[in-house]
Amino acid sequence: MKRIGLFLLSFMLLSGCGQQAPQKPWGLLNLTGHMPDLQFNLTRDDGQPVDQSAFLGKLTLLYFGYTHCPDVCPTTLADLGTAIRQLGAQANQVQVLFVSVDPARDTPTVLKKYVNAFGPWFVGLTGSQAQLQALTKRYRVAYRLGEPDAQGNYTVYHSSAIFIFDKQGKARLLAGFGDKPDVVATDLKRLLAE
Amino acid sequence: MRKLLIAVALMSIVAPLYAADLVVSNAWVRLLPGDLPLAGYVHVVNSSPREITLVSASSPDFATVQFHQSMNHAGMEEMMHLAKISIPAGKSLDFAPGGYHLMLMGRKQPLAVGQHVALTLHFADGSKQTIQFTVRGATGK
Repeated sequence: MKRIGLFLLSFMLLSGCGQQAPQKPWGLLNLTGHMPDLQFNLTRDDGQPVDQSAFLGKLTLLYFGYTHCPDVCPTTLADLGTAIRQLGAQANQVQVLFVSVDPARDTPTVLKKYVNAFGPWFVGLTGSQAQLQALTKRYRVAYRLGEPDAQGNYTVYHSSAIFIFDKQGKARLLAGFGDKPDVVATDLKRLLAE
Repeated sequence: MRKLLIAVALMSIVAPLYAADLVVSNAWVRLLPGDLPLAGYVHVVNSSPREITLVSASSPDFATVQFHQSMNHAGMEEMMHLAKISIPAGKSLDFAPGGYHLMLMGRKQPLAVGQHVALTLHFADGSKQTIQFTVRGATGK
């Protein structure tokens, strides 16, 4: 029974769900119904507390990282920027929340400069460990600070997942490092057309 | 005649390779604001008949340059510091986003897009090679 459940779940995930007429599959992994709605209490890159209500009404992409991440994080953000640029006039209906899980180094000022380097659609967020843990647990991702070296530098282990929420804050799709901007753009357009 | 032409063509391609042991292309650095660490990327071909081992890297523009490798284990990203990297004879190595990269830390002066950064690779046999990296913006453009 459990196996059948898993099979059905994977089938639903793969097929894009639903018992009606076959739908065109999404390019990204379909999360609809499998992850909770967008919800958090964090600090925005202007230093002000903020929750999810400030971001409803647009598509929201949620990604966890840190600014002392010179490789995977900027590559991911640059690729998302490329995808959003492909939306043309609809680009302003999309926002990317870059949640730093390294609040000790990522002050709002540092975060703001970092996200602004990628385009106007990026917002930096961070928070207390309790706030960050509440959010990462909600989306079943993890993070961990590495051991500092002799200079006090440390790396941060973080998820590569990009959660995509619709305008109502419902979790819809999952992207990751290496997903082609064309594929992401196609799915974002489809969400915007709903 | 045709063989001769091919031979001449091959020589013209191969000859410059022996000027340096590593043939490098597409060397660039992704600029980030402030004093955040930067990643350097380059495609490297070992054109020599022996294995080359990179043991360190340095730049007059940075306090520290390290070899790093990003890895994804079950959806978790991590970055490993590598003490050395070996490239077998005739093989290439891609320092590229999401994999091997040069981590540049401690900027000695502000950098701007379009500038060049000199970075020297030090080999296990005591030799070294300096490469010019072009500074690109955060988006890689």
